[in-house]
Amino acid sequence: MTTATRGLQVEKRGNHPLDVARVRSDFPILATEVHGKPLVYLDNAATSQKPQAVIDAITRYYQGTNANVHRGVHHLSETATEHYEASRRTAQQFIHAPHLHEIIFVRGTTEGINLVAQTFGRARIGRGDEILITAMEHHSNIVPWQILCDEKGAKLRVAPITDDGELLLDEFAKLLGPKTKLAAVTHVSNALGTVNPLKRMVELGHARKVPVLVDGAQAVPHLEVDVQDLDCDFYTFSGHKVYGPTGIGVLYGKTSLLESMPPYQGGGDMISSVTFDKTTYNKLPYKFEAGTPDIAGAIGLGAALKYVNGLGLEKIGAHEHDLLEYATQTLSAVPGLRLIGTARDKAAVVSFVIEGVHPHDIGTILDQQGIAIRTGHHCSQPIMDRFGIPATARASFAVYNTRAEIDALVQGIEKVKEVFA
Amino acid sequence: MSDLRDLYQDVILEHSKTPRNFRVQPSADHKAEGFNPLCGDRFTVYVTMEGGAIKDVSFQGSGCAISKASASMMTQSVKGKTLAEAEKIFEGFHEMVTGHAESNTGESELGKLTVFSGVSEFPVRVKCATLAWHTLHAALEGKQDPVSTE
Repeated sequence: MTTATRGLQVEKRGNHPLDVARVRSDFPILATEVHGKPLVYLDNAATSQKPQAVIDAITRYYQGTNANVHRGVHHLSETATEHYEASRRTAQQFIHAPHLHEIIFVRGTTEGINLVAQTFGRARIGRGDEILITAMEHHSNIVPWQILCDEKGAKLRVAPITDDGELLLDEFAKLLGPKTKLAAVTHVSNALGTVNPLKRMVELGHARKVPVLVDGAQAVPHLEVDVQDLDCDFYTFSGHKVYGPTGIGVLYGKTSLLESMPPYQGGGDMISSVTFDKTTYNKLPYKFEAGTPDIAGAIGLGAALKYVNGLGLEKIGAHEHDLLEYATQTLSAVPGLRLIGTARDKAAVVSFVIEGVHPHDIGTILDQQGIAIRTGHHCSQPIMDRFGIPATARASFAVYNTRAEIDALVQGIEKVKEVFA
Repeated sequence: MSDLRDLYQDVILEHSKTPRNFRVQPSADHKAEGFNPLCGDRFTVYVTMEGGAIKDVSFQGSGCAISKASASMMTQSVKGKTLAEAEKIFEGFHEMVTGHAESNTGESELGKLTVFSGVSEFPVRVKCATLAWHTLHAALEGKQDPVSTE
């Protein structure tokens, strides 16, 4: 009996609403073996696996409807454009954006943030101004702002976190001052799993007339996001973390802000007319989509979001919460193991260190048992510094993971301890 | 799990737990910092030369078992050697861990360092095994910028 099927009995006994066996069968890669062992994929915060529906959508596009978008009068171009724009609508509905033109396709969260830094940032932020982030940001929500600050003579301020990995909301509020021109914050921490009190943070920002950008890369796969309810000004996420392909993501921005921003890149599709004297830019969202976009990627992303809708984020969230609780409980019982990131409100991410064993060695030994986790600083070196550690081992869960896979992880950790005994 | 034992040999584990020459040399005449961003390994290597030979070599820092053991055993193997001899050992070591060793290349020169031959089966760990060596090389060359294995 494989690790995966053993887990299913547990879930069925618990009368779980999500049919995990069926979900697993949607993901062909989960049937593969690594080093002769069934794959236990627990690196979902890095990237998720792809269901057959996504793979098929991409294949269908290339096999049957491949053409450039927004250009041709011919049948294929029209079909490709239709499918590309349908994915934009799916993304709009997925995060409850009020308008379709507020959905800009980008390469991923990193590009979404860079786009805002290079357009909104360059136009609105000057010498002496401040940008506020938190101590739990991914490098992608630190470095674009550092580049901007260096260029403009602006200052990056960092709201601190507690030893549990929770944002100190009072400190965040205090740092929102008259010079703050933007707050850029993560919805869910990739290294700690912390879910931030985003709605409150946006309220605090708006009370100071500070727009708020949200890095939603780790949130969108796990919880319902409603940008209207949050009232955030920008929200960006990556397709590949939500069961879609790599190379595609979404930036949402409020119309008034997007309209006031200069373009990001120049090229085809982002213009309405060009002469050597003057160029008029296209309307939203095309103003920010220069060049031939990742059409296949957008179509794949649409299929992924539909797949998630089909399962239901509520069910996904409940299943992942069960996994988080189980992992927290079983890993806490391992002598010498310390969890890093113990916020009250967490997504399904468990970061840990083991006394006397470097995370990289943990990763290698687990890999030999077919278990894929992330080890290192998770592109969040300041968080590692905050906790005084060079790195952590991180298991992150998705809808297709099982309790049995967590048991396999715990057994794998026993093996690590055996080697290092 | 024979593969794992090839990598984590007892000698390596022992050196990672009780590294030799694991100390700062405040008066060292050569010093360099090495960093492996992938796993966060960070070492400083200190060298004191005398009459064209390495009189004393030591290191400080933190890292995984492979990088730490490699640094520890490196200090033992190059102490008393000339620069040319030390570079030759590094060359042989590098060929061994990257799996490019020719059949007749200096097993005798590498001596105990052959315990790292298993690293060649774990390509992502080559950087860990060679970090201290790259750092030593930089220290001897008098490079100012920290060495990065990326």
